[in-house]
Amino acid sequence: MIEVENIGKTFDDKEILLGISGTFHAGMPNLIIGSSGTGKSVLLKCIVGLLEPNEGLVKYDGRDFTHADRDLKTEIRREIGMLFQGSALFDSKNVEQNVMFPLDVLTKMPKDEKLDRVNFCLQRVGLENTNHLMPSEISGGMQKRVGIARAIVNSSKYLFCDEPNSGLDPQTAILIDDLILEITQEYNMTTVVVTHDMNSVMGIGENIIFLSKGRKLWEGTNNEITHSGVKELDDFVFANKVMSRLKNAL
Amino acid sequence: METFRTYSKLVIEECIQIGIGSIFLVGLVATFMGAVTTLQTAFNLVSPFIPDYIIATVVRDMTVLELAPTIIGVIYAGKVGSSMAGGLGTMRITEQIDALEVMGINSASYLVLPKVIASLLMYPMLVIIAGFLSILGGYLAGVFSEILTPFDYKYGIQYLFNPYMVKFGILKSYVFAFLIASISSFRGYYTTGGALEVGKASTRAVTDSVIAVLIADYLLAEMFLTK
Repeated sequence: MIEVENIGKTFDDKEILLGISGTFHAGMPNLIIGSSGTGKSVLLKCIVGLLEPNEGLVKYDGRDFTHADRDLKTEIRREIGMLFQGSALFDSKNVEQNVMFPLDVLTKMPKDEKLDRVNFCLQRVGLENTNHLMPSEISGGMQKRVGIARAIVNSSKYLFCDEPNSGLDPQTAILIDDLILEITQEYNMTTVVVTHDMNSVMGIGENIIFLSKGRKLWEGTNNEITHSGVKELDDFVFANKVMSRLKNAL
Repeated sequence: METFRTYSKLVIEECIQIGIGSIFLVGLVATFMGAVTTLQTAFNLVSPFIPDYIIATVVRDMTVLELAPTIIGVIYAGKVGSSMAGGLGTMRITEQIDALEVMGINSASYLVLPKVIASLLMYPMLVIIAGFLSILGGYLAGVFSEILTPFDYKYGIQYLFNPYMVKFGILKSYVFAFLIASISSFRGYYTTGGALEVGKASTRAVTDSVIAVLIADYLLAEMFLTK
């Protein structure tokens, strides 16, 4: 479980996040949603420690990450797996080397054991026999799946996904969502997904936080999102024609 | 903590990329540099009172003191420095550096330290190779254009040889290697923006490195060569 308490972040006197609090539970995907420029990715970066919040704190299973010393921060970070918007695979390494990378650098596991673990993770994301392909030789959807395999190879407890569906066709996007959901439930991970894709929201949004202009305006589930009574959220949810028609049908 | 083995492997990879990858260009530049220096020195030394072997002595001194460490430094900044900055800049804008940080890896030490160590190991070797090839280039140019005899060239190379100059050249190469690798890595590592900024970072890496090399060259000469 990850708790964020009163997170605030400013860039050059511009307030990006204002007193965001919330709890992200284990075993279910927790979604942070909102329009572009509302601070979703900044919040995610504050949670994983890529940005230092100006105020507030982040706790990983009760451990204060924001004020932790270097050793504790490193220990917590090694329990984190992250899927980046552009996958962030190392271009000089092939699929196998990318997935094996955290094991190579952070563990003293024997080579055979590492290879077994890599093959297991690649199989888990449906990418058998792609070990020797370079990132430039595989599609965007496959790159995301390699990114997921790399994020779970170290038996991470926390999985963060920044816009996992960006740049993917709707069918591949659903495959990625399903994979995130399955992995989260299978390994009882605390998963936080930043997205503005309504398919993801309706498909895997078991716990959703809605941000608007740097503030948390709503928290709930995908079953509650269509009747939240929050104007900004309604504008966001029913912005596309399909959802708008659904609303009229309701 | 990343293991010592991880860093050793990275340093070896960087050494191969920096050393083997630069040897052709460095060799080519050094050989022609020596050849041209020989021809131009011969063109300028027209007095019948100056013996021919002095041409080789001038080539030797210029090569060891300045041409090999400094001119090759400029070439090195252009080839290796821009590649370091471009590589790190691309890693930064494609979130690969963020990925390392999230994994709990100290990205600066993981990415930059091996480059600096490899540069310190390889650049002095490149300078030594450049020195030999430059003198060889001078020999070939001098002998084939019949400016001086092989005997004169060999005699001139050894004439009034002061080993301190070689030590000074090697010292300069260590200083330049550190400056080029650290400045280029700094420019690349702190790139923000997109592809355009990566290009700018590479250009700034080369410009800043060359300026730093020239300033350091002057300061070192002032410190170690003036009485």
